[in-house]
Amino acid sequence: MNAVTRDEFCVIACAEALRGSGEILVSPFGLIPPIAARLARATFEPDIVLTDGEARALTADGSIESWFPFRFVFDLLSTGRRHVFMVPVQIDRFGNMNLSSVGDHRHPKVQMIGCRGAPGNTIAHATSYWVPRHSTRVFVEEVDFVSGVGHDRDVESQTRYVISNLGVFDFDSPDRRMQLRSLHPGVTIEEVQSNTGFELAVADDLVETRDPTPEELTLIRETLDPDDNRKQEL
Amino acid sequence: MSLDDVVAHLSDGMTIGIGGWGSRRKPMSLVRAICRSPVKDLTVVSYGGADVGLLCAYKKVRKVVFGFVTLDSIPLEPHFRGARQRGEIEVMEIDEGMFQWGLYAAANRLPFMPTRAGLGSDVLTTNPELKTVASPYGDDEVVAMPPLKLDVALVHMNRADASGNAQYLGPDIYFDDLMCMAAEKAFVSCERIVPTEDFAKEGSLHTLRISRIYVDGVVETPRGAHFTSCVPDYERDEKFQNEYAKSTASEDAWAQFKTTYIDVDEDEYQRATA
Repeated sequence: MNAVTRDEFCVIACAEALRGSGEILVSPFGLIPPIAARLARATFEPDIVLTDGEARALTADGSIESWFPFRFVFDLLSTGRRHVFMVPVQIDRFGNMNLSSVGDHRHPKVQMIGCRGAPGNTIAHATSYWVPRHSTRVFVEEVDFVSGVGHDRDVESQTRYVISNLGVFDFDSPDRRMQLRSLHPGVTIEEVQSNTGFELAVADDLVETRDPTPEELTLIRETLDPDDNRKQEL
Repeated sequence: MSLDDVVAHLSDGMTIGIGGWGSRRKPMSLVRAICRSPVKDLTVVSYGGADVGLLCAYKKVRKVVFGFVTLDSIPLEPHFRGARQRGEIEVMEIDEGMFQWGLYAAANRLPFMPTRAGLGSDVLTTNPELKTVASPYGDDEVVAMPPLKLDVALVHMNRADASGNAQYLGPDIYFDDLMCMAAEKAFVSCERIVPTEDFAKEGSLHTLRISRIYVDGVVETPRGAHFTSCVPDYERDEKFQNEYAKSTASEDAWAQFKTTYIDVDEDEYQRATA
């Protein structure tokens, strides 16, 4: 079998973010997070409920198992039984995340999609971020608009992980700053730091992102993503 | 009713709610009719898509109340973007769940609905009119989301009868029922007006989501959601949506798009996009 590629380590890293979730709704935006969520469900998190963005939850074999119009999703949020993956425009050291606009909000330089459900999501249930291209444009000193609530605000944030094409980050450091907790094979701390617009903490027990098992690799390549969509984002 | 009969109920400065979601089941024939009318200075309340974009492009909008504006398969709405980046419009940007609560408060004639969404985010700092309130039952401090009161709601449904009962046949009503309930006046455009007794042939009881109690007028406008999706009647017209998105490329491109497709009556639009 061919060597494991970076996109496949990213799939594994996003899937690992769901370990221990149990029976929750997973809403994965982007291309890699949906593949990762299906991988987690097919292996170590079989109880995950997954929607396809069309108001319904589908089982692994494609059967409709429940109805999920948007308002049902909104109604579910506060139970905490959801993990969403969003793709940030900007994110800062405490995990404050911008999905709204760049520049002055009254007259933005760049208008993005809008805050969507990020304000509510980030204080109600697990929220992780997928950054396909780790750069100082995304990892910034200060976000221009706080759409998703980070760990330095006056409410408790549920922001869990940031997974980028370079590594995995969490907020379990003593002062809740973003810390590097896993490097994808072939990436150095220096490479991550030089592409990050603030000083990163590094976990004492920093590890390498684990290899997929042979079973996982076969699932990714042959069943979950035979058309190689995962390679488009990086 | 005709499209123009509906638009005659609008006046400058009104707050209008538009149903659908992103690039899905938007009352586009009504939106185009507004573009052709002299109405201006609207506040548009929408889970936004091409409705917001087109009204911005026609300079009909003073303010947008939104959680997102997107064309779904094209993530960023180019005309809305342009209007924002030129500083032409005001916004009230809120969490998409708060948005639902605002409609619900208006529908229920309540002064506010409590929610945690917004706390700690710039939704509160950029909307200083949003206040928090202490729970009378405990230590919780929550956002008091005010009602999103609408002068007029415009929604597009798959079927309706002549008296305003309306039916959706796709997977999601979105928030169209709440839009109608939150409004002083609500108008439904639909793919087809059917005799009341035919509703049961079209779909289950549960698809009859909007009662005539909430509706002030119905207009039949086949393919009226085009180019947004209106399943099961039709899917989004991705090719035409691309053409719409590309119309921001230059003033000439926009002028041509506008002349060909929007500054024409509904029949001509339908012929041009068939």
